[in-house]
Amino acid sequence: MFNDISSALRPALVLTLLFALLLGLAYPLALTGLAQAIFPDAANGSLIERGGHVVGSRLIGQPFSAPGYFHPRPSAAGAGYDAMASSGSNLGPASKALADRVGKDVAALGLPSGSRVPADMVTTSASGLDPHISPDTALMQVGRVAGARGMARERIAALVRENTSGPLLGFLGEPRVNVLELNLALDKLAQGSARPTR
Amino acid sequence: MTVQGWTLILLYTALVVVLAKPMGMWLFALYEGRETPLHRVLGPVERGFYRLAGIDPNAEQGWRRYALHMLLFQLVVLLFTYAVLRLQAVLPLNPRGLAAIGADGAMNTAISFTTNTNWQWYSGEVALSNFSQMVGLVIHNFLSAATGIAIAFALFRGFARREAGTLGNFWADCTRVTLYLLLPLCVIYALFLVASGVPQTLASTIDATTLEGVKQTIAVGPVASQEAIKMLGTNGGGFFNANSAHPFENPTALVNFVQMLSIFALGAGLTWCFGKAVGNTRQGWAILAAMMVLFLAGAGVTYWQEASGNPVLHHFGVAGGNMEGKEVRFGVAASALFSVVTTAASCGAVNAMHDSFTALGGMIPLLNIQLGEVVVGGVGAGIYGFLLFAMLAVFVAGLMVGRTPEYVGKKIEARDVKLAVLAIAVLPLCILGLTALSAVLPDGLAGPLNKGPHGFSEILYAFSSGTGNNGSAFAGLTAGTPFYNGLLSVAMWIGRFFMIVPVLAIAGNLAAKKYTPETAGSFPTTGPLWVGLLIAVILIVGGLTFLPSLALGPIADHLAMVSGQLF
Repeated sequence: MFNDISSALRPALVLTLLFALLLGLAYPLALTGLAQAIFPDAANGSLIERGGHVVGSRLIGQPFSAPGYFHPRPSAAGAGYDAMASSGSNLGPASKALADRVGKDVAALGLPSGSRVPADMVTTSASGLDPHISPDTALMQVGRVAGARGMARERIAALVRENTSGPLLGFLGEPRVNVLELNLALDKLAQGSARPTR
Repeated sequence: MTVQGWTLILLYTALVVVLAKPMGMWLFALYEGRETPLHRVLGPVERGFYRLAGIDPNAEQGWRRYALHMLLFQLVVLLFTYAVLRLQAVLPLNPRGLAAIGADGAMNTAISFTTNTNWQWYSGEVALSNFSQMVGLVIHNFLSAATGIAIAFALFRGFARREAGTLGNFWADCTRVTLYLLLPLCVIYALFLVASGVPQTLASTIDATTLEGVKQTIAVGPVASQEAIKMLGTNGGGFFNANSAHPFENPTALVNFVQMLSIFALGAGLTWCFGKAVGNTRQGWAILAAMMVLFLAGAGVTYWQEASGNPVLHHFGVAGGNMEGKEVRFGVAASALFSVVTTAASCGAVNAMHDSFTALGGMIPLLNIQLGEVVVGGVGAGIYGFLLFAMLAVFVAGLMVGRTPEYVGKKIEARDVKLAVLAIAVLPLCILGLTALSAVLPDGLAGPLNKGPHGFSEILYAFSSGTGNNGSAFAGLTAGTPFYNGLLSVAMWIGRFFMIVPVLAIAGNLAAKKYTPETAGSFPTTGPLWVGLLIAVILIVGGLTFLPSLALGPIADHLAMVSGQLF
């Protein structure tokens, strides 16, 4: 028994060190080099720049509250869309806190009674950083956005449709709209139409 | 439920079955110690490792030595990670100047990653530096997976060898699986992930100014390299708190699909490898068939429940399925499927928050873990756990006809069955015992976020996940306390090694036996009757043991949910 242990000590210690070098350093560092060379955009977080500064990541949701922007889902990440504290609400199905929150959010929408609310519109995502909303949730906000911007509802609705992605190969993924990209497109459209047309 | 959702589930299942043979052939080459094309590139690395470590890869080991060397290696790597976490503040690649991890937390995490559990009491982006993630954790993601496969190989040899005293060489099995299987697969996989949007950088954070002028700091890091082995090795420990729900870990529905496939790939391959090792691949297919039946039943229930949604929210006019704790890009079907895959295997990665599932939708992941994660299961751990149930099943069949049971050419005798029952009984003892303890002690009761039966479910899930070496959670539980860090460390250690050591003892016992050829009186272990018996044994053992605890948790929760009783 004692012989067995002592004979295993050197392999255990040396292999731990060698594997730490190979798997802990060489593997991730080599991959970082490769990734930075081949896919620099994605490797650095799929960042979006506008006017020379970073406005966010294509993949990470961000908070919007102005009436002229499309709003994302409620978020449980920190104080909301805290990209340093990803988290879901973890409220269970029969949780009073969940029912109260959803009830309040639905009431704030001010819809006629009996209206259907898209599920993603009043629920928090798993990460708290969901970059997407469903097309239904986006379309329900068209009236507010159009009103705040003084633009035609049809143009905004058309923009939502342009920014809607469907499932890949018909079965992978759900219909969705990237909120940041939609709002960027909205700003661009507003800029274009605000320019005097002489 | 939609046609699209069922297409996803059925296509996924079909692809897992398709993957079983090619992955199995790859594994079988390593099981036999044969040369593969990869040896030309990595052969010198393997030989160099052996030379430096003083290992003779051809030195055969009996079960005791195999177990002892395995345990000693686990202990050394565990202490290595403990040291990395405790010294985090002074180690490199820590631009945010994160503090060292406390003693109870570091011990919990070191045990968690050593045992392939990857239970995480911390939030990756808050607590850990890039160095700790890369060096401290990724090494375990490879080695705990390789260890699992090595144990499976040893058990296969127990069945395959005749009147032999040895089971192979632990060091060689572990090194070969890492070098010729896990590492090459991960390089390709990680590049695919980066191409799809998963970051791979040594930077730690990025500052952005949002369209509304708010400052948003975004955590990044070497995510792709960790993500690849996290899935393939059924580890499941996320780089970020939100795990595979985080858009940086799992950015698209395609990546999500590949992640699910990579959870099952090696586990399914090991069933074929087992069949090949014992000289009849139909033995492997029968096991995979039983696994897939149990898997589809679970996926069906969870998908049905999640698609039906939460009546409490329907009351407010909220339409459709349960989207609390789910991402829009995955929706209900891919989230439900992922939860069943990750708990059928002992992965524990999550792409949706199981805590916010409907009561019965969330019960299936819990039950999957409690059944011992034998539905495909963790790499290695799944198949050796399943083979224990198979031995129990032939034992039951033997009792019915009054013959000494046989399985794949070996007589299963009293000592084997006793050891199998020991390994199987440890799980419920640990899960239910520690859950009961936590449900009465003040320190335990301080943990749950939710009140009522769901709070009990959170505790039950934690000890099921820890003991089952799964690592997923009903994450509302505040587990980063000395109480839970301590008890869960014990649970994870017992769940892993009180299973592995009896398994190796069985392997040693079986290897020494002579071959018993199949006769007309042997119970056939390939047909549908056998598959049915396997399923029945797994469900009866699991069902009888855990039903009372499920009644107190998810089932009571369900009745509350449908009757509008809130907590």
